[in-house]
Amino acid sequence: MIAIVDYGAGNIFSVKNALDYLGLENELTSDPEKIKAADAVILPGVGAFPAAMKKLCESGLTEVVKEEAKKKPFLGICLGMQMLFEKGYEFEECDGLGLIPGSVQKMDKPGFIIPHMGWNKLEYGTECPVLDDIGDDAYVYFVHSYEAVTDDKYLAAWVDYDGKVPAMVYDGDTVYGAQFHPEKSGSTGLQILKNFGGLIG
Amino acid sequence: MLAKRIIPCLDVRDGKVVKGVKFEGVRDVGDPVALAEIYNQQGADEIVFYDITASYEKRGVMLDVVRETAKRVFVPLTVGGGIKTVDDIRDTLRAGADKVSVNSQAVKNPQLIKDGADIFGSQCICVGIDAKKIAENKWTVYINGGRVDMGLDLIDWVKQIESLGAGEICLNSIDADGTKEGFDLPMLRAVCDAVSIPVIASGGAGKIDDFSQVFEETGATAALAASLFHFGELTVGDVKAHCRSKNIIMR
Repeated sequence: MIAIVDYGAGNIFSVKNALDYLGLENELTSDPEKIKAADAVILPGVGAFPAAMKKLCESGLTEVVKEEAKKKPFLGICLGMQMLFEKGYEFEECDGLGLIPGSVQKMDKPGFIIPHMGWNKLEYGTECPVLDDIGDDAYVYFVHSYEAVTDDKYLAAWVDYDGKVPAMVYDGDTVYGAQFHPEKSGSTGLQILKNFGGLIG
Repeated sequence: MLAKRIIPCLDVRDGKVVKGVKFEGVRDVGDPVALAEIYNQQGADEIVFYDITASYEKRGVMLDVVRETAKRVFVPLTVGGGIKTVDDIRDTLRAGADKVSVNSQAVKNPQLIKDGADIFGSQCICVGIDAKKIAENKWTVYINGGRVDMGLDLIDWVKQIESLGAGEICLNSIDADGTKEGFDLPMLRAVCDAVSIPVIASGGAGKIDDFSQVFEETGATAALAASLFHFGELTVGDVKAHCRSKNIIMR
């Protein structure tokens, strides 16, 4: 079972709809015991970094999320991906989950429309099992105004938007993060979620 | 780089897809959920549901249609028509929409844009505009499905929309809509120059070249069409292949 962490932020139903469509058993939950018992965990999120961290903390889930992320396949999506890093700077400096070294900063791209919204093409970096079979002409859907700043060794995929923008980060072990929305990225996104589900074993 | 988007729009009344020519002469073309699935398979980059009757017959948005679509279609879904309050926005997003499009009510109550953006994020607030030319390089904004002229200058309005926190503009030309003579390029250029948020071109698409032209000659980041796709004159796939052949980046 994949636990989708429900901490009161974001459109979590889209993620659930996509997993249901793929036949991947899942549950929306804010119960730490269920997150511990799950085979894999997805941390969704839309909104602002400090508000989301605060909500996660108020839900009493920060510690269990940090611990479980090191034990089983763990995927952060959009803001959930940004929360994997050590610090965020949306409105104010704010601690993240610290699962991948790096921070999250406002996108600064003069002459480019921010938010970075729409379909952009994945370029591949370090080896990452959830990107298996995704192919060379794969577009995924983004909506964000902040971006991860991290070492290239954690970059499994990036897109070009006035330079490299991190798309998929991976700690090389159990922690994955997608800046894009796989649940809104058509067949490519569904394949990525299917690959993630396939890590359960 | 970001791909340009092709967006089929499903005008919906009583849970059925319709399309008015200049908002009149409505014809029934089917089940919105099934059509959304077909467009998804054709490669639509986004799908828009617009409840065309809602703003004057006070109908709510078709949340059941949205819910069913969100279970089967995994590209962004925008819902407009009859959205009047923050609660309407919340209900629509909860049903599975990724964005809402506000039109008439945003003109009557611009604070709705700001409240929506503050609570749910700019990314999910699209402002739809129906505008009509009144003089060279001058347009005014209409509401209630293109029926009522608000005497509001289009360029002043789009700047206000941006400052209130809208994430996107869907610009429909009343003059071009239903004519099949191409998008309203002068109006699109004027709006794209005035704001830095994404602008969706709407109204007037009649042939495949209209799509490549709007991307080559204006700053529009997406193009929307309805009847052209419903009646099978063109598929979304045809349009994207054509744009690709003109070196326009497409998914």
